[in-house]
Amino acid sequence: MTYIRPKFRHPELPKNKLGYSVDYYEGALSTLCAGCGHDSISAGIIQAAFELNIEPHKLAKLSGIGCSSKTPAYFLSNSHGFNSVHGRMPSVATGANLANRDLTYFGVSGDGDTASIGMGQFVHAIRRSLNMTYIVMNNGCYGLTKGQDSATADQGSKNKSGNVNLFESIDLASLAIELGATFVAQSFSGDKSQLVPLIKAAMNHPGFAFINVISPCVTFNNNMGSTKSYDYVREHVEATATIDFVPEMQEISVEYGKGKQKQVVMHDGSVIQLHKLSEDWDPLDRQSAMNAVLNSKAKNEILTGLLYVNPDAHDLHHMINTSDRALNSLTKAELCPGSEMLVDINSGLR
Amino acid sequence: MEPTNINNPEYFHKVVDCQHACPAHTPVPEYIRLIAEEKYTEAYMINWDSNVFPGVLGRTCDRPCEPACRRGRIDGQDEEPVAICRLKRVAADNKGDVKSLMPQGPFKPNGKKIALIGAGPASLTVARDLAPLGYEIHLYDEQKLGGGFMRSQIPSFRLPETVLNEEVNYILDLGIHTHFNHYVKSLKDTLANGYDAVFVGSGAPKGRDLDIPGRKEGASNIHIGINWLANVAFEHTAKIGKKVIVLGGGNTAMDCCRTARRLGGNDVKVVVRSPFAEMKASPWEKEDAAHEDIPIIDNHVPKSFVVENGVLKGMMFEKVVAEYDKEGKRKLVPVGGPDIFIEADDVLIAVGQENSYPWIERDLGIDFDKWEMPIVNEVTFVSSNPKVFFGGDAAWGPKNVITAVAHGHQAAISMDLFCRGESMTVRPSPFVNLVSQKMGIHEWAYDSAVVNDERYVVPQAEKKVTLSNRKKEVELGFSGITGFKEAQRCLNCDIQTVFTTDKCIECDACMDVCPTACISFTDNADESDLRNMLKMPALNKSQDLYVSEPLKTKRVMVKDENVCLHCGLCAERCPTSAWDMQKFFYNVTKAHTGCSSHK
Repeated sequence: MTYIRPKFRHPELPKNKLGYSVDYYEGALSTLCAGCGHDSISAGIIQAAFELNIEPHKLAKLSGIGCSSKTPAYFLSNSHGFNSVHGRMPSVATGANLANRDLTYFGVSGDGDTASIGMGQFVHAIRRSLNMTYIVMNNGCYGLTKGQDSATADQGSKNKSGNVNLFESIDLASLAIELGATFVAQSFSGDKSQLVPLIKAAMNHPGFAFINVISPCVTFNNNMGSTKSYDYVREHVEATATIDFVPEMQEISVEYGKGKQKQVVMHDGSVIQLHKLSEDWDPLDRQSAMNAVLNSKAKNEILTGLLYVNPDAHDLHHMINTSDRALNSLTKAELCPGSEMLVDINSGLR
Repeated sequence: MEPTNINNPEYFHKVVDCQHACPAHTPVPEYIRLIAEEKYTEAYMINWDSNVFPGVLGRTCDRPCEPACRRGRIDGQDEEPVAICRLKRVAADNKGDVKSLMPQGPFKPNGKKIALIGAGPASLTVARDLAPLGYEIHLYDEQKLGGGFMRSQIPSFRLPETVLNEEVNYILDLGIHTHFNHYVKSLKDTLANGYDAVFVGSGAPKGRDLDIPGRKEGASNIHIGINWLANVAFEHTAKIGKKVIVLGGGNTAMDCCRTARRLGGNDVKVVVRSPFAEMKASPWEKEDAAHEDIPIIDNHVPKSFVVENGVLKGMMFEKVVAEYDKEGKRKLVPVGGPDIFIEADDVLIAVGQENSYPWIERDLGIDFDKWEMPIVNEVTFVSSNPKVFFGGDAAWGPKNVITAVAHGHQAAISMDLFCRGESMTVRPSPFVNLVSQKMGIHEWAYDSAVVNDERYVVPQAEKKVTLSNRKKEVELGFSGITGFKEAQRCLNCDIQTVFTTDKCIECDACMDVCPTACISFTDNADESDLRNMLKMPALNKSQDLYVSEPLKTKRVMVKDENVCLHCGLCAERCPTSAWDMQKFFYNVTKAHTGCSSHK
């Protein structure tokens, strides 16, 4: 038996601006089922981090429990990681983010971890506009416990043993838009050309960036009648736009026709370039994004791509006016400024 | 691109770089795995079937397989090829009884008579392939023993006589009629003896001379390299002067200088016209010469022999520098300044060797070209006289042992077809097999893990001992343990990645897990565009792209064969077994294993 990844990589792998090739962002060899969509998303995260020239020690990956939450072991081995309690990743992320605002926070969760046990935590992280990327690897079932329907399984879809799901599903993307997330996207694990730019844009977004990724469970939810199988998703997928993320403003070289080209300039100067596939959708308008999601749902389509973005988002630190420096870098001198300062403060309250 | 036709065995054959590069197409990974399993006898027999002289070649082969070895490509400059050649020797050194596994005579005569001229590797291969079919085979050679240049030119410290004798005798014991000490003076007379076919495997026996001033005057101390080596091998020569110059930059020059070191030359120099890097000698032979304290002086063109009072004193050389024109053609340009004198008691000229056919009459229907070389068909090895075949160095000039063996196999097939009155152009298909290696989850019938070890060095005997005894073999060969470790470096390129389009669900798992980014799913395009559309551009055009039928999404799977490690991870990560690792066995059909009608 062998389950060893050779150390050899392609001899001509390109290097990024930091001098790392993509293998520096890899993790351990996955122990998920062969063909799991989650592994494709992991590969997308590796690619995005490589292309964004992320210094691995400036990133923290956080997760809860489940197949999805195992994946941080399979990417970015040189980054910080915290595998927390089931559904409690947002709390840990909140604490970490408040203590050290200088890191990039990358949360990985699943449909069970987010839409069931972690729902309470998820919605409050959105409300608070925590500056993080939150990816849900959504396969519509509890793969780790043999494939029971999860809260995101579509009503009427069939599971592997032929049972039809009776309950309405929770649509995480519309929920996130509803709750005021400032970056909401949807994607499919089998489409890296869309997923990688979305992850890159999300990591550059200065607020809560949510990506719901349909990720087929190849073992328990890839059957006929499932709405989260490879075949079903491929047949029903519709994209809002083709997307490209560029680190800084560039001349547009391709003109697609009036009203079709859209650029969203983020406040660090980076740009999301969209080639819109439907004209009545405006990614900067929450109402329009909501309509687009509902319309495609009514047509049994799975709408993917960027749904909504507010480039002027403010995060939790801004809202509660914390110190510009990371709290964990403050020394005793700054935290205990002494009795004279106390006297000053007290006199100010008189 | 059109989908790859994997039903054509040549596609997967090319993926097995070593086997494809071997002129005799020896199934290299197959025997290397057998060595790792300590099945030395079986490994030897795989070799014996393909290359006839495993023990000889395991020491002396030119190893075209090694530069081709995939291992040398997978890590930029750092990774060296598997020591394929020296592993062959491990099989030969440790084998058990092999004779009982070889064809057992006496064979029922088929009434046909064949003459082989020259008892070198090409003729001996023909003899081995045809004897089991019942041919009466007559082998002629001017020397007292068989082996040809393997005996006369390869010194004993590289190839012990016992090893050579053993492998020559395996063939002679098949009932070959030997006519040693018999120089064939006339092909016409030979043909008149009633042979149904004649094979000329007489090599390229004429050493090139150097006609410069002083050559005649110093003749008694100036020797043609290959003749001198033969005289040493047959023990007519046992001594040489203290100061020796060897002229030439090929492997014969390396053999000459190292032999001279053992016969009393303690100041032996190799002087060569070309730059060091462009010498024809194999790099390892240059290293071995350097190890025996023999300097190689490059960029020196010989001008004259210096002879005083009838005694050779040395040679004059002109120093040159290599310059290249736009087409890369080399010109040696004198650097100016006075000529350089190098002292010498003896000079060995090893500047090439040529064919020579004074014994073939020109009225036998054998066409010769303007260089006095016979015109030989490159597939059938027949000359313009359908009864006369050529092979080895005799056909197209000096090459090497393994090429001669490959020629011998094909000539034997042609001669058999000819003697049976069948068309020689209808060649037998190779023997091919393709078998899944899957045994379970994460379990393969081959050792799929890729080891990181660097190439192991073959130990050598102490220089003090080897330099004082011409017959003492320098290389000691790998021990069983080191042989195992070196064998583990083999990537098993014959375990093919086989893709079944209609099983693929396009989950990307194979593409994501492939360590060397060989696999891509992409829109189809022309080859030149497709090569640049992959996850990693496929820039090594000598390596093929494996293209699937169109998938459900209309895309295709494209695999760049270039740096595939054959680690099997694509197949392990494939949920539907669209990828499978299958062992490909390809063996060139020989005359005696073919579907010959009189078996």
